[in-house]
Amino acid sequence: MGTMAVDIQGVSKRFRLHQEKYTSLKEKLIHAGRVPYEDLWALRDVAFDVQEGETVGILGRNGSGKSTLLKCVCGVLQPTSGQVVVRGKLAGLLELGAGFQQDLTGRENIYLNGSMLGLSKREVDHLFDDIVEFAELGHFIDNQVKFYSSGMYVRLGFAVAVNVDPDVLVIDEVLAVGDERFQRKCMDRIKRFQKEGRTILFVSHSPDQVRAICDRAVVLSDGKMIGMGVPGEAVRIFREELMEAGDELAMGGGEEPPEAAAAAPGPESVTLGAAPVPEATDSSRPVRLTDVTAYYPGADQRRYLLLGETLVVRVGYQAQTAARDTIFAVEIRMHDGSLVFRTDTEILGMTVAAEVGPGALDFIYEGMPLFDGAYYVNVGIYGPGGILYDWREPACEFEMMNPGRATGMVALSVQPTVVPADRLAEDPALLGLEAHA
Amino acid sequence: MAEPSLEGPPAQRVKVTRVVSANINVRQRLAEIWRSRELLVYLVRTEIKVKYKNSFLGLLWSMLSPAMTLAVYTLVFGVLLKNGIPNFVIYLFSGLLLWNFFSTGVITATGVVVNNAGLVKKVSFPREILALAAIGSAGVFFFFQACVMAIFMVVLHMSPAWSLIWLLLVAMIPTLVFSCALGIFLASVNVYLRDTQHLIEVLVGAAWFWACPIVYSFNRSLQPHMLGAGKWREWLYFLNPMSPVVMTFQRVLYDRPGLVQLTTKVPPGAPRVTAQLLPGWPVITYIWADAFVLAVALALFYLAMVVFGRLAGNFAEEL
Repeated sequence: MGTMAVDIQGVSKRFRLHQEKYTSLKEKLIHAGRVPYEDLWALRDVAFDVQEGETVGILGRNGSGKSTLLKCVCGVLQPTSGQVVVRGKLAGLLELGAGFQQDLTGRENIYLNGSMLGLSKREVDHLFDDIVEFAELGHFIDNQVKFYSSGMYVRLGFAVAVNVDPDVLVIDEVLAVGDERFQRKCMDRIKRFQKEGRTILFVSHSPDQVRAICDRAVVLSDGKMIGMGVPGEAVRIFREELMEAGDELAMGGGEEPPEAAAAAPGPESVTLGAAPVPEATDSSRPVRLTDVTAYYPGADQRRYLLLGETLVVRVGYQAQTAARDTIFAVEIRMHDGSLVFRTDTEILGMTVAAEVGPGALDFIYEGMPLFDGAYYVNVGIYGPGGILYDWREPACEFEMMNPGRATGMVALSVQPTVVPADRLAEDPALLGLEAHA
Repeated sequence: MAEPSLEGPPAQRVKVTRVVSANINVRQRLAEIWRSRELLVYLVRTEIKVKYKNSFLGLLWSMLSPAMTLAVYTLVFGVLLKNGIPNFVIYLFSGLLLWNFFSTGVITATGVVVNNAGLVKKVSFPREILALAAIGSAGVFFFFQACVMAIFMVVLHMSPAWSLIWLLLVAMIPTLVFSCALGIFLASVNVYLRDTQHLIEVLVGAAWFWACPIVYSFNRSLQPHMLGAGKWREWLYFLNPMSPVVMTFQRVLYDRPGLVQLTTKVPPGAPRVTAQLLPGWPVITYIWADAFVLAVALALFYLAMVVFGRLAGNFAEEL
């Protein structure tokens, strides 16, 4: 049983939001006593502890209280009730960058930060070169930080935080900035910290990062802790929570078309997303899309597909006139728009003859290899010669969940095999084939 | 590494436990400030560095600006209005020296939390240190100005009351505590009420300044008008904690406790006009007066710490 490094004991934080901010005396006097306000509980009774040497991630949507919690841990904010006990020296990077005094040079800020962390000037002298080297600032170290680019700013902040030899490192989304190489350097340093038995508290938007480096993760939603556990479990809770929030937003917009529910093939499947039915009729475009829905087994119990499960995209259409050679195209894209996979019936060597009236085509994706994330599906109908009949973007959506610890975009099948010492000289390709057989 | 505590795996070193909570009492916070004393020293240096960062004359301004004030007042009151106070520059400077420490310190401290928002929002440290650093930097300027004053005194062949030189310290300590109390209090209030800054600049810079016997002499200019109305007005005047300490400085540095011959022109043959510039108090009265100020200042300091502690919890959000 290790010792506690950070103990968060029933922390609540209330912000009093005044409708309009009266900061000047005149305004405060005029509006004294009757300034409308509402209480916002950024944190409500959050309690967990972090053992020494453990890396704990904090997941949550925007506004879920992640940053507020970290600020309370760092001591920048005081909780309204409850307390945080921190054992050891804590260095933190809160929301994009460290606390720098704009008018001072990088060099002076390193000393300032050092003394804020309780280091003597002599101790900072020892660390100084490491910090500058890590931050890759070179001669800019003697420029005022107000002239730094945002990348330099963050690099210096991170360099100070990891080089002052903290017992507890607190990082809030800072790894999102800086170029890829620097990010990798930061990750390396974080991993080294883990090996050295330091404690890390880590906020990230990216479930992948949490999965990759954390021992445990905590999920926050509206200031409440809704889950804690191994990263896979926490990411699952986080995703479910995200989906629910997404549904709430969608419900405000418009209701789902009744056809979508009626078209469900069985009680095990529910619709994840469906697009409204267009009413237009146009003789030049004889086949039109109706509803497009994503199905997968067990969808009534959970709101995501597990890695390796089967996804069915049902493309409903309505043909005005009989169309001999109709081509159906389906694209799967990541939430950021990058294309994951696109194919159509022509490429697949299939001819679809659309009869007059409604019809549907199922695209069955067996063993989905995609990793965590929200994906969307675009669907198009083409006539002969590539004449576009109809196109819908996005037509439907689905979410993937990865129960394992591997990260990336696609699950590849891999089998690590120890190479016997006497066969090191042999062709790896042959060896691999042999091992496989 | 020089520090053995830094060596070895982190799991084995001595670790300080820190509690973040809304219920940290004043004593714990004072202990925290004491632990951060090295930071205080560094912030004082920073404060001075930043203040004159982009100015050509730099630190010289800390002596130039009081010298200019001195020159203007001497010109107006000594030369043009002919107040007749001999060596008026020294009289003025002895009060102004302490006053400048107080006013610079308090005015800088008022804005210090707001001005250091970048630090306050990101790093945890006892926030009172910022206000204390402002007072500290005023202390450094006080030292420079004291040097200038020493030069003036040598040039004008004035000598302080050497036997009473320790009284300077007796006046200095209450002023320091009082400045810290006001500085800490105002720095926290200013986060929520940004008017404080402007208000304080006027209040301290103009009103309070004239409520102290710095440019004029209390005994000569004010006391005669107060005689008829009973003692209460005089009492009221001395409720200003800055009056006794300023007068202590004047007693030591100007050192003319008795009747002073004024330099005002008189018709030939007539006796020169004499006046009481400084009160003829015995030393013990000064000590008592300063001790009283110290008591008030300590009480205010405690109050300021309580208020600051209440308000500091939300600084990061309010900035």
